[in-house]
Amino acid sequence: MRSPILLIIEREFITRVRKKTFLVITIIAPVLFAALMIVPGVLASLPADHKNIVVLDEPALLLPEVGNDQFALDYLNPKEFDLALAKDYLRDSDKDALLYIPAGEGWDPDFIKRNILLYGKEDIGMELQGFIENRIEDKINRQKLLKQGVDPEVVNQAKTQVNIKSFTLGEEDGQDETSATPLKMGLGYIAGMMIYFFIFFYSVQVMRGVIEEKTSRIVEVIISSVRPYQLMLGKILGIGLVGVVQFLIWIILSSLIYVVVSQFVYPEIFAQQVISGPNGADLSVLETTGIFDMVSSINFPLVLGGFVFYFFGGYFLYSALFAALGSAIDQEADSQQFMLPVTAPLIIAFITAMNVIQEPNGQLAFWMSMIPLTSPITMMIRLPFGIPLWEIALSGAILVASFFAVVGIASKIYRVGILMYGKKVTWKELYKWLKY
Amino acid sequence: MITAKEVTKHYGEKIALGGVNLNIPKGSIYGLLGPNGAGKTSFIRIMNQINAPDSGEILFDNRPLQIKDISSIGYLPEERGLYKKMKVGEQVLYLAKLKGLTTAQAKERARMWFDRLDMRSFWDKKVEDLSKGMAQKVQFVTTVLHEPELLIFDEPFTGFDPINTNLIKNEIKRLNSEGATVIFSTHRMESVEEICDHIGLINNGAVMVEGPLLEIRKRYKDGTYSFTTTVPFDFEKNTVVSQGESHTGYQTVLKLDDYPKNLMIDLVEKGQLIAFEEVLPTVSDIFIDIVQNGPKQHSL
Repeated sequence: MRSPILLIIEREFITRVRKKTFLVITIIAPVLFAALMIVPGVLASLPADHKNIVVLDEPALLLPEVGNDQFALDYLNPKEFDLALAKDYLRDSDKDALLYIPAGEGWDPDFIKRNILLYGKEDIGMELQGFIENRIEDKINRQKLLKQGVDPEVVNQAKTQVNIKSFTLGEEDGQDETSATPLKMGLGYIAGMMIYFFIFFYSVQVMRGVIEEKTSRIVEVIISSVRPYQLMLGKILGIGLVGVVQFLIWIILSSLIYVVVSQFVYPEIFAQQVISGPNGADLSVLETTGIFDMVSSINFPLVLGGFVFYFFGGYFLYSALFAALGSAIDQEADSQQFMLPVTAPLIIAFITAMNVIQEPNGQLAFWMSMIPLTSPITMMIRLPFGIPLWEIALSGAILVASFFAVVGIASKIYRVGILMYGKKVTWKELYKWLKY
Repeated sequence: MITAKEVTKHYGEKIALGGVNLNIPKGSIYGLLGPNGAGKTSFIRIMNQINAPDSGEILFDNRPLQIKDISSIGYLPEERGLYKKMKVGEQVLYLAKLKGLTTAQAKERARMWFDRLDMRSFWDKKVEDLSKGMAQKVQFVTTVLHEPELLIFDEPFTGFDPINTNLIKNEIKRLNSEGATVIFSTHRMESVEEICDHIGLINNGAVMVEGPLLEIRKRYKDGTYSFTTTVPFDFEKNTVVSQGESHTGYQTVLKLDDYPKNLMIDLVEKGQLIAFEEVLPTVSDIFIDIVQNGPKQHSL
């Protein structure tokens, strides 16, 4: 005879894993995730669409410009063409667009800048428009500087770009670590968001499971065989196990897809991508300070361990709350009035993520990583930045302690709630149940 | 089998059980009867250890009820159901294993019961594809599969169709004859009168009377007699409870203060009496009597 809680875990796990939706989410998500990593790289490497643009440049503002490898500029003679003729010309030619720069009176740059027109045979792309605006701005700036008697070259030389090399001061000289703030921010943010998402996703499943047992009226049969808290814990653990398995499959599949694609399908793209960053963001700072120094400045085992700990801590805490909540209502539609207060801390942690990232050792960040309802997210965001050990220990201890407290309270509510039908439950009622 | 001693249970301000004393003899079919809200389900949940009593104790086989006794009890709650998306066979095995059976035991007994109740075709169906009557059979099987010594049915026949009611009644009688103690809890007192040998009447969280059914009915007899005569007879108007034609003659029910010796002699001499019997009160009559007049003592 097996312990009943194991039987419950087994049932919760197997019935969920066998569902088609589990298969779909588990398989499709990594494919999407991999696509998210791969597609931008592939797109960026595709040969760009070449566009031919005719320019009717009355003030000869843009004139020497011939375009780049994406856009070719051809000029019409302003003495032979006006706007109407130029449009006819575009219609009959194989060119893609017409750019009209009017001279106006006295070649006033402020008049010109307001009256430039661009006609395309099809929709004008953002890129083309941006390219042209950029060029014309350059030229007008130049003209204006010249008018004021300033040499544009001097201005160019005066422009300065600053790259600061930042370090985290070590205990002794030579132990200073290269500061890797952007990387830490990214890592913290992604980890925090993942925790937020997982806690929500799986806790709501616990609530649904409880409601299902209640509405199908199976629950009284079950709790005549096992203790209510065993049923609740079994459900929480079973669904948590589904989460772990799903998560592992995601990691394995995503990395598999990534490796296959990067090694065999588009090796040349990925050689560039490492440097240009996952979203094509400009990580030139990383390059200069040395990406390896930065990566090694993050305590990955701590971050990973923290992720696992805070995921489970947060999940257990919230799923117990959601289980109590599910037990108190008859159908999911009734959950709204209780949902908000329960999820508010999660949402607050989510909203304040940006503030925490900017000041990972500030007051807000500290207190929110002590409060157990927000600490899984907030602490996870902070972890890559290097947090004093006592803070992590305290936050973890509070989380574990409040987990036991919440499970105790939740199972009291749960015990009464699952056998209560057709009653509109209020907060006051829930409080009374604690004393039954 | 079950002895309850001064069992109390409060829900906040509300008293569900205010000192319940009961004795459910081994091998009996016991009717736990009372109106809705009397405390029947609260008491049953305490027997099933779903809830704990605030005070008092329950003895199971003359020793305090323990967690392990759960596997000796089969309980069909009033609010009953099954996992809709789960297959019938899997579900029956799961519930049996929760009661402590091994997979092999559970399979063997489930096959046996599915054969007996003609349910073989259900095994691979999902519960949501079963008709209501089919689901009721499955629920019954899950209640008895682990061969419990004590079977508890809370409002067992509400929602059962007549065919299932009969089938299940017969199965329960058979299980009882094989040694199981059975508790029926219902507010429809007439529905279990023919099947129970013991009853306990419960109202407002207290037992008002309990014991062997026949003994209780005798204790509460109130001088009601039924006469069947060949021709309509002119009984004293204020003693007549009901009058009507029966297939053998004219039946009149009278309520009298004493044994109607003179009336009998009179009727016999006239040669008009076909049948005469004393009418025992039904359980609902007794219930109403007790609620209005209080319980009678054994000494009567």
